[in-house]
Amino acid sequence: MMKIFIFVILFFHFNASFAQKPKLRWGADIESGAPFSYTDPADHKTVIGFEVEIVELLAKEMGMEVEYVQNSWDGLIAGLNRNDYDIVVNGLEITPDRAQVVHFSKPYYYTSESLVVRASNTNVATLDDLKNKRVGTLDGSLAQRILNQLTFPLTVVGYDEEIHSYSDLVIGRLDAVLLDEAIALYYAKPNIELKVVGGPIGYMEYGVVTRLNDPKFSRRVDAALEKIIENGSVQRILEKWNLWNAMSAKAWGKSAEPLTPPVAYDKYISEAWKKETIVQKLKRYASFLPLLGKGAIMTLEISTISMVLAMILGLLTALARLYGHPVVKWLAVAYVEVFRGTPLLIQLYLIFYGLPYVGLTLDPFVAAVLGLGLNYGSCEAENYRAGILSIPKTQMDAAQALGMNWFQSLRHIILPQAVKVVIPPVTNDFIALLKDSSLVSVISMVELTTVYGQLASSSFDYLGLGLLTALVYFVIGLPFVRLARYFESQLANNLPGEQRTRRARPKLFIF
Amino acid sequence: MVASIQNVEKSFHQRPVLNGVSLDITKGDLIAIIGPSGCGKSTFLRCINGLEFVDKGKLEIFGTELCSPLEIGAKEFQRRSLIIRQKVGMVFQSFNLFPHLTILENLMVAPKVVRNISKTDSDARAHEFLAKVGLGDKAHNYPDQLSGGQQQRAAIARALAMSPEILLYDEPTSALDPALVNEVLRVMKQLDQEGMTQMVVTHEMRFARDVADKIVFMDHGKIVEMGPPEQIFGNPQDERTKNFLRHFQ
Repeated sequence: MMKIFIFVILFFHFNASFAQKPKLRWGADIESGAPFSYTDPADHKTVIGFEVEIVELLAKEMGMEVEYVQNSWDGLIAGLNRNDYDIVVNGLEITPDRAQVVHFSKPYYYTSESLVVRASNTNVATLDDLKNKRVGTLDGSLAQRILNQLTFPLTVVGYDEEIHSYSDLVIGRLDAVLLDEAIALYYAKPNIELKVVGGPIGYMEYGVVTRLNDPKFSRRVDAALEKIIENGSVQRILEKWNLWNAMSAKAWGKSAEPLTPPVAYDKYISEAWKKETIVQKLKRYASFLPLLGKGAIMTLEISTISMVLAMILGLLTALARLYGHPVVKWLAVAYVEVFRGTPLLIQLYLIFYGLPYVGLTLDPFVAAVLGLGLNYGSCEAENYRAGILSIPKTQMDAAQALGMNWFQSLRHIILPQAVKVVIPPVTNDFIALLKDSSLVSVISMVELTTVYGQLASSSFDYLGLGLLTALVYFVIGLPFVRLARYFESQLANNLPGEQRTRRARPKLFIF
Repeated sequence: MVASIQNVEKSFHQRPVLNGVSLDITKGDLIAIIGPSGCGKSTFLRCINGLEFVDKGKLEIFGTELCSPLEIGAKEFQRRSLIIRQKVGMVFQSFNLFPHLTILENLMVAPKVVRNISKTDSDARAHEFLAKVGLGDKAHNYPDQLSGGQQQRAAIARALAMSPEILLYDEPTSALDPALVNEVLRVMKQLDQEGMTQMVVTHEMRFARDVADKIVFMDHGKIVEMGPPEQIFGNPQDERTKNFLRHFQ
């Protein structure tokens, strides 16, 4: 089985020692889960799945070495066109829309949709039975398009995690779920409370995706894929994962009978669906901690750097707005209103996926810090402005009457007092930023929430992992709350005399 | 003569506040400016060190000329104001001490920031001025731990720490309890005896009469009458002066 190390640091070690072959940068979302690409429940540091094996074969055929790049599934094509990686093999169905913007190889897998209902349900067997029912599916999938085209009334509920649609089906929030055959096979079939009904519905092909602007490379990929299909390697992988089906067999002129046993599928079922004792569960949680820890460090890194940026930007904007030339003032107001008035998520998308269209392609980390920094800078600007305005104008008079110029008055008299006023709201914003940093997972940053999603999608333990991740966020936020309280108490000099201890004043000025 | 103000005018939002005021200030003078509220006394004082700008007329303060920024440009106005403020100290009605600094730091911040005076030097000088205003033991207190009278004396010491050649007071005792007024006036009197040039906007008529060298009575943005205290208090010429002083008899 191929092993891919999730962490960049490990990547570098790996690369440094075996860096002879050229890299085949492969983009995928390992949150997409089994059997596509997912973290090995037995070893969280490795990614497994039938697509992992196909990509590895492909790379071998091309004389290259796979370098895995994480990105959220929705952003896979955008990331490819940003040149963050060279190919995408991650359950991307060949559609005319997508073929407009990327190149598709011949299919490496042919499949269909499967209808799943509760085991006790005897009324639903085909699509026609779904009248007036609540049916779950994945957003943006073929299954959703099929359901939307039905002419009778029904309620289609879109999910972004397949596992959630099945768990809602079990508890009765849904009457049926229509999803890809492979997903039903891995997530519904092993569940005794659910059953797959009827035959295959619809038809779809998964293809290897490359950029349109590099036809030479695309031809190399296509040729390599064709070769490993012809020599039966892809078939063996599909069999191993219990995915070999009549459609693929027909397309490649083979027998639908599998030649090899589904070892990977059996292993998955035995691991993913086994009952755990509490001790095993705790051990499993403990095994998550190193990964969550690394995610937490990334979250902290992004958050602190963004916050420093936000505070500098905020201060400059507040000063511009209070004291600037009318044009500068107008720009400051425009910045605050635009960045405060639009969602952070959209700003991140624009910075990461939008800017490349005007020739500015940013590194994910830089884009994350810039997005968060710009967004929170607009909030900090208002904090500082309020803080500065809360200092009586007579303080400026007194400073200037003593011969200080405007800047000296601001730096030595106004800002030190304003800082004290703004510490509570700024701390508040930092905690908010720490949590909002989870949004940068959409621009391919692997931080705490990404790690949560990856682990949860392979262990299905949304409750336990969710609580654990929330706890990690809480714990990493605590020191900052304490620190802010400390500064606040150090700077609190407007208490009545008796309450204030006489001590050396800490020097905590902005400049 | 240390300063000469010629025919200055100023309006706020088309409302005239100063209506052609001229005054010469001689070294060592203590000038008391009196007059009803809203007559422009404070604004006049703030024009002298450039905290307010005049619309017309000109001021010559220690050889530096100041006029409307419309004539010389805002930058030049600021530059000249800064030069003037090196020699002109100011004391405010509400003290305006810096609440985030100790009394000692209040005295040391401007010498350090503006003149780059070493900590040791400014520390010694600060203590000296605090002793002078009778606050030698309050150096390490914060402003809000002091009484109003003590705060105002600290504010005077803060102004003195910049070694000004003239001190402007904007109603320095108006915010004080009657019991605390005298301690501030005593400091001003002491400074007068040492030869400091001072200009006080005040309602303390007794102080003005007893200590001032010159009384300036203003009304409606104009100087109505000025002269030595014996003349203004003993034999006022103008009807408005007489009316105003009648309240204080």
